[in-house]
Amino acid sequence: MSASFAQQIIDGMAALTLLISFALLAQHRMLSVLHWFAAQGLLLAATAAVVAYSSGEHELYISAIMTFLLKGLLLPWMLWRVIRKLHVHREVEPLMNSGLTVIIAITVTLFAFHIIQPIEVTSDLMTRNSMAIATACVLLSMLMMITRKKAITQVIGFLAVENSLFFAAIGATNGMPLVVEIGIAFDVLIAALIFGLFFFQIRNTFDSMEIDTLNASLIHKDEDE
Amino acid sequence: MNFFLATLLTPLLGGLLLGIIRNPKLAAKLNILTSSLTFIFSLFLAFEVLGKDSVHAMQNWFYLDSYNVFLVSLTAFVGMTTTIFSKPYMQHELGIGRVNERRMRLYHSMYQLFQFGMLLGFTSNNIGVLWVSLELATLATVLLVSLYRTPASIAAAWKYFILCGMGIALALFGTILVFFTSSTVFGHGNEALTWSLLYAHAGDLDPTVMGIAFCFLMVGYGTKVGLVPMHAWLPDAHGEGPTPVSAVLSGLLLNLALYALVRFKMLVDGSTNSDMAGHIMMGFGMISLLVAAMSLHKQRDIKRMFSFSSIEHMALMTFAFGIGTPLAAFAALLHMTVHSLVKSGIFFTVGHAAQIMGTQKMAEIRGLIYHHPGIGWGLLIGTAAIAGFPPFAVFMSEFLLFTATLESYPWLCIPLLLGLLIAMGGLFRFVQPMVYGEAPEHAKAVHVNMTPVYVHFGLALLLGLAIPTFLAHWYHQAAALITAGTV
Repeated sequence: MSASFAQQIIDGMAALTLLISFALLAQHRMLSVLHWFAAQGLLLAATAAVVAYSSGEHELYISAIMTFLLKGLLLPWMLWRVIRKLHVHREVEPLMNSGLTVIIAITVTLFAFHIIQPIEVTSDLMTRNSMAIATACVLLSMLMMITRKKAITQVIGFLAVENSLFFAAIGATNGMPLVVEIGIAFDVLIAALIFGLFFFQIRNTFDSMEIDTLNASLIHKDEDE
Repeated sequence: MNFFLATLLTPLLGGLLLGIIRNPKLAAKLNILTSSLTFIFSLFLAFEVLGKDSVHAMQNWFYLDSYNVFLVSLTAFVGMTTTIFSKPYMQHELGIGRVNERRMRLYHSMYQLFQFGMLLGFTSNNIGVLWVSLELATLATVLLVSLYRTPASIAAAWKYFILCGMGIALALFGTILVFFTSSTVFGHGNEALTWSLLYAHAGDLDPTVMGIAFCFLMVGYGTKVGLVPMHAWLPDAHGEGPTPVSAVLSGLLLNLALYALVRFKMLVDGSTNSDMAGHIMMGFGMISLLVAAMSLHKQRDIKRMFSFSSIEHMALMTFAFGIGTPLAAFAALLHMTVHSLVKSGIFFTVGHAAQIMGTQKMAEIRGLIYHHPGIGWGLLIGTAAIAGFPPFAVFMSEFLLFTATLESYPWLCIPLLLGLLIAMGGLFRFVQPMVYGEAPEHAKAVHVNMTPVYVHFGLALLLGLAIPTFLAHWYHQAAALITAGTV
């Protein structure tokens, strides 16, 4: 595989990743959100494998396998089980003004390309595009966390941020050193387990998965008593 | 370097062991033992580093210099006294049924794992591992904040988890950007994340990338420091979690986040050769100081009120590190030490006061000094110390900070003084009736251990009256190190 061909594949995958970030933002059925999240994880693993092949970094193959197992299979499966157990898999989440959300999302993407602009001059083509796209994905996933009102979709937004960060690492730097990568994967796994624990606690305590219900229990502590 | 390994591994092994011990009384004793051992080892470690400029451990993985080794000892010390306080405190909570024995096991285990995460973060030479350990410490405390399983505590823990997860993700993005430029200098490997190597070659790093990276790191680690406007999680987590957790959150975890931020500032200064990073920190610090001082007046809950005071003091330190002169850095380091000591001491007192009165609402806590003179005086002395009254060391560090501000940015003295005065007014406005008011009938006697409180306040007093030579020398060394890159 020639270098420019590999670059084209990676650029194509970067574009797909950005597309998935938009798709995650626009889904309102719980199961579709989960499917897109799993697709993002699988795409990430594939990107890592391609980068590993084209750059010859053998450590990155291990990262690719880890990503495939953790973000492509384990996390979506865990979330799917939680959703089934909580009986929310058919639930439809009303989105806030979706037209507005898309406009904000486009602005955020343009903004990401803008802040990466000064870096572009100093590095080669592959890294600048994927860096800008990764930044856009991070910001879009954060936007997803802000616009969502349910605990589970918020968490998927959080994990999508982690995915985008991993994409930034492989796209811009051929992956972080393996020790750090393993440490981060470990933290994400623990975080996911704690999230799972919280879902059941929230359901048992509040009888609802809405974030507003959670916040209501804190509001009376504030000054507006 | 055996003391180093002992310091690091004691809390890890202790945490794993405490995870399987069912008897809460035995676990509390073991908790104290583990933390005391950690503290003793950390003292030996400090003396070992004191003689040299810096020490590398386990090839290049760990790095100790005068800046972080004093924070290691401070963390181990406050960690130890908190376990002493937590023994009667948590026993009482178990007695009134706010926790059960299973959750006590979780509490002790997570407490030690939190300590491990803290010490790993302070000593790590790899900026990636620093991130991982800060995340580890955060995850451990999330479980501690939700320990009581009340609706409010679960909501607070969720908010803490999501907001800090978000913040720390931005910090990771900043770290990736640093690696992006450093890997062009050091090649693609762990060397490009090794802090001591990066610091030596900071001039070779791309200033544009480092500038963008610092913005992400500032917002990311700034969330964990509790700077406005990313502070929303802090009062909730402090108010709803068990008091020993509030004490270590305020006294220790915020320090680690600020420590990370200052380490990166040292790199960015060396790379950009400008005041950019310092000015951003000063801006965040000043705004946080003013907002926290004013929010403090609006609180109803005693622990939330003191958590706003924590934001205020972290803001002061951020501001001081931002100024970037050796005097300001000296003030910030001294302030970090005394704030940890005094604030955790105050939380110990507040915890017992809330147990006696059976509530955390300030309107219902009255007449502590008549009911339990030790706690009443403790709260009064602690508040005087944290508000910056002489002869306590907080006065010294705030005075030094004021002098440093006067030297570099004279006009900023006005908002600085204003913030300090507003905060002081808020503290006494609430504390005075709680100490002197008419004691209610329903107050109950609880078993308290005030020794840690007196030790903390005593140390703050001692530091205010006369800083021991070796400690002053230490601060000077660390301050010189931190400000070396500033122009």
